Amino acid sequence: MNSAKSTVPFKGTPEQEAQLLKVIEEKKNSKGALMPILQKAQEIYGYLPIEVQAIISDKTGIPLEKIYGVVTFYAQFSLYPKGEYTISVCLGTACYVKGSGDIYDKLQEKLGIKGGECTPDGKFSLEACRCIGACGLAPVLTVNEDVYGRLTVDDVDRIIEKYA
Amino acid sequence: MENLTVKVNGVEVSVPKGTTVLEAAHIAGIEIPTLCYMKEINEIGACRICVTEVNEGRGFRLVAACVYPCSNNMEILTSTPKVIESRKRTLELILSTHDRKCLSCVRSGNCELQKLAKDYGIEDASVYDGAKNEYEIDNSAAHMYRDNNKCILCRRCVAVCSKVQGIGVIGANERGFKTYIGSAFDMGLGETSCVSCGQCIAVCPVGAISEKDYTKPVLEAIANPDKTVLVQTAPAVRAALGECFGLPIGTNVEGKMVAALRRLGFDKVFDTDFSADLTIMEEANEFIDRVKNGGVLPMITSCSPGWVKYCEHYFPDMTENLSTCKSPQQMFGAMAKTYYAEKMGLDPKDIVMVSIMPCTAKKYEIGRDDQSAAGVPDVDYALTTRELGRMIERAGINFNALPDEKFDEPLGISTGAGVIFGATGGVMEAALRTAVYTLTGENVIDLPEVRGTEGIKEATYKVGDLDVKVAVASGLANAKELLEKVQNGEADYQFIEIMGCPGGCVNGGGQPQQPMNIRNFVDIRAERAKVLYDIDASMPIRQSHENPAIKEVYETYLGEPGSHKAHEILHTSYVKRKVNNV
Repeated sequence: MNSAKSTVPFKGTPEQEAQLLKVIEEKKNSKGALMPILQKAQEIYGYLPIEVQAIISDKTGIPLEKIYGVVTFYAQFSLYPKGEYTISVCLGTACYVKGSGDIYDKLQEKLGIKGGECTPDGKFSLEACRCIGACGLAPVLTVNEDVYGRLTVDDVDRIIEKYA
Repeated sequence: MENLTVKVNGVEVSVPKGTTVLEAAHIAGIEIPTLCYMKEINEIGACRICVTEVNEGRGFRLVAACVYPCSNNMEILTSTPKVIESRKRTLELILSTHDRKCLSCVRSGNCELQKLAKDYGIEDASVYDGAKNEYEIDNSAAHMYRDNNKCILCRRCVAVCSKVQGIGVIGANERGFKTYIGSAFDMGLGETSCVSCGQCIAVCPVGAISEKDYTKPVLEAIANPDKTVLVQTAPAVRAALGECFGLPIGTNVEGKMVAALRRLGFDKVFDTDFSADLTIMEEANEFIDRVKNGGVLPMITSCSPGWVKYCEHYFPDMTENLSTCKSPQQMFGAMAKTYYAEKMGLDPKDIVMVSIMPCTAKKYEIGRDDQSAAGVPDVDYALTTRELGRMIERAGINFNALPDEKFDEPLGISTGAGVIFGATGGVMEAALRTAVYTLTGENVIDLPEVRGTEGIKEATYKVGDLDVKVAVASGLANAKELLEKVQNGEADYQFIEIMGCPGGCVNGGGQPQQPMNIRNFVDIRAERAKVLYDIDASMPIRQSHENPAIKEVYETYLGEPGSHKAHEILHTSYVKRKVNNV
């Protein structure tokens, strides 16, 4: 089995943990507490790695699997931190027909991560997005605020090198 | 209670208020098919196989019979063309992503999905084939594997794990088409705090989860002339094995089981009931010692390896409360490879100890530390009742035509106290029979207060000048409730029996799978337990300390219960674990 534990080392601080424990203490006895606790936890840490979910499980008595099931059900929760650079590949209709799927695949291969994940060094995270309103430049990707258009699969190496 | 009148296929029946359409049809003698539904455990109305037409005055429409309540004057039609067509379509959709490898599937012939496909005349199971998810098989646990390619997402396993056992190490991850049943962070089951109880296997309608099958190495050992292959059978096996061969639930097949094991080629056919008696000798002694010498109380039984692992993970502060006695399976293996080996002049290395158990956690237990009295594992292979059923079938043995045969001596000699170990409350009753006698010289045999299938039972017995408060729990959610009372100081028991599976071993995770349309309406725990209590009542000796083979063991080998030698061979130790292995 390939575990979905993040390969990015967990860098939670004692301050973050104190915040989380306070949130859990406030909410744990109310009905349906898990969703608001998870939302706050994601605000505090930016994502919900196993270390954070285990704290929630230990303090609330809710099985870890149940928490993980909720986290993977809702798109609003992430198991992976955001990297220093977030690469967003548009998989909207125009970009997709112009081959952005291949570019996305190439990035996954090159970075060794799947969509939604972050490289172990914390440098790049990869995500798919829908139309960013630059269909004339399709296929398009963004790296943080920078926009790259009219791409081919061969452009991927060059773009990544720029940020490496 | 208020009664409602409903018509099932035109036949009027009177049902109590709150009755579901499924139950009303059952009362009328009509069986509506189900897949996800488990009474009181998984009432989610998700699979839609049970859809049935009902009319409440506004015309007929399809509802999920398993969760839809009857109303007065409701008309129910259970097999109209519309109903049949809908169920068939649902089946075809379930089959479209199901790995249809029936020929090589452990559940072939005993699969609820396969039966429905046959009943509904599915002509082309691939009619809706399209995208399929592919899953790796999870082999990480000692006792079972999960093959999600066969999973139909009914969530029965999830419901028993979280609701009946209070554990919840499996659940639904992701959503929509990507939904699958697994553990947190896709950990293998073996990495989680799964206790190996196997209740998930017992309720799976298909072949998505099953025990790891060790019948092949056992047959190889039997074929090896250099090995002496001994077999022991747990009490609960004789109360359920017949179900593998079409016999009614609650048939005692002890004699035929012994005959079958002999025909399979085992060198000696012994009985775990013997070591159950031995367990009582050690455990009653340990209990008396703890009471007299201020030991940790309440003492809690340690026969059920699922319960023991649960205690280690979820109540690590209470591992000192666990009796240090090995389970009867392990005591048996330990005695076979020490006492019996010496007596017969055998090298323990040449003995292959096989156990037939109603349990999947026994597969995990044989690999635990501190379970090798002779320097080799006490037990080599722990097979489930189902695996034995398979072995008998493959060997072409006509089980139902077998004569009744007797266990071999001396490790097949047992008492009525040993056989009731297989039902919840049985260990408590057996232990009290011996403890009361040891302390007062009185013979107390029947203790009805601790019998029955309730999840938690309590009783107080006057033993000499002592008031002994006892409690019995089966099913781990019940165990949790009981132990929390103990921890909060709300209860002051001296002795607690806990069995991991609801109803005890008779309903163990290794027992023959009964389809849910039977389990929803028949209490298999009570039916199987009755077999054991009937055997007990018919036995000439019903107290463990009266077992002549046990007396001889102490006189010639172990000395006294709790002796140094008994401790080395028959006792073990525990580990404190965590719930979340992060």
